[in-house]
Amino acid sequence: MPRSTGIKRFAGMLMAGLFATLATSAQSDSVVTPGSKAAGMDTCVAPTAEMRRYHMEYLKHDRVETVRQGVRGLKNSLADCVDCHAAKDGNGGYLSINADGQFCDRCHNYMAVTLACFQCHRKTPADQDASSAKTSTGNQGHAFGLLLDRGESAALTAEERAQFQALVREE
Amino acid sequence: MSNKDDRPDMKRREFIGKTVLAAGAASVAPGVLLTVAKAGGESRGVSSDVRYGLLIDTNKCADDCTACVDACNRENGIDLVERPKGQSDDDWNAQRPQWIRKVQLKDKQTGEITNLPMMCQHCEFPPCVDVCPTGASFKRADGIVMVDRHTCIGCRYCMMACPYKARSFIHQNVAQQLVNAPRGKGCVESCNLCVHRIDAGDMTTACQEACEKDGHQAIVFGDLKDPDSKLAKLLKTKSSRQIRADLELNTGVRYTNV
Repeated sequence: MPRSTGIKRFAGMLMAGLFATLATSAQSDSVVTPGSKAAGMDTCVAPTAEMRRYHMEYLKHDRVETVRQGVRGLKNSLADCVDCHAAKDGNGGYLSINADGQFCDRCHNYMAVTLACFQCHRKTPADQDASSAKTSTGNQGHAFGLLLDRGESAALTAEERAQFQALVREE
Repeated sequence: MSNKDDRPDMKRREFIGKTVLAAGAASVAPGVLLTVAKAGGESRGVSSDVRYGLLIDTNKCADDCTACVDACNRENGIDLVERPKGQSDDDWNAQRPQWIRKVQLKDKQTGEITNLPMMCQHCEFPPCVDVCPTGASFKRADGIVMVDRHTCIGCRYCMMACPYKARSFIHQNVAQQLVNAPRGKGCVESCNLCVHRIDAGDMTTACQEACEKDGHQAIVFGDLKDPDSKLAKLLKTKSSRQIRADLELNTGVRYTNV
């Protein structure tokens, strides 16, 4: 039946085109803000995949220790998130990390998760002078964005997978 | 070894008894023992070996000076809270956050005027903690009474319970915060003895520092439990008072010459 074959072929091409577009758009940009301190670093406080899934758990756990027991300078700190991930506004200052299209907002908006941290917490690095902050030069080291860079493998590395499994077992 | 009489070897019995007790404790309650051991050797975080407090000499507190209030506002980002558009002076003064305020007492008979800075008194038995329905209002091991904003629901029960009117409620969104003083609409807050400084190992509060800088030296901060601290020594030699001592809250902030 030539007619139905034609439709099938057309639908197939349409779907393939759609997937290709989606895939490239998803792969083409990393959420780590270019020019932020984070963009110049190799890794966050934990492997990328782990940070994506568990950052809220880490913050929640450490906030109790900090507020209630006065334990400061822990590995996971919201102030450190802001310090590394805030983008500069071009006038020597910083943009709010939860502003439209910024690091926190991009993912939380996409996932429809309301972000309440910054109703109370500071949204920009404490050091307001962006020129003195460490900046990245190239486009390298986007390895811990929400989405992957072009050419980056979507699979976890063996090391990351092992850490994951250990985490899951703990829970 | 031979015994000359029929009495058993008491040393041996004692030894066996102690061994059994120790082994039993180790196997039955290792968690309990671990906790005890940890409490002794824990270097990070707060400890109940100290209790922070203030001694305020009202004689030295100057009439027109607001150095402590200004320093507190700067240190804790209170000056970043903006007045809502169209709010009257009265409403703003009644509702703006205030961690320290200057109180003036007047003796009606003699006309004598006493100034004193008033803040959270960091009670040993804080009524705000008693009434908090969520456990957000709490007392740290080192005696600092504070609010965990993560669990505060803004019911303001603690504000009703506090005899010192020490707590403030944040009525509107706050645009700017300091890293050390998160603040947002819908939570209660009060003086926390500059807890970020204490945790960093700094033994001054903003108010004390400002008062000293202005040459008044009315405020002394220190550890009430350390007999060698300046605060403890002053308390030992001077006659001091707790405000509303009749409530038996055992406040951490004491006043002289009131």
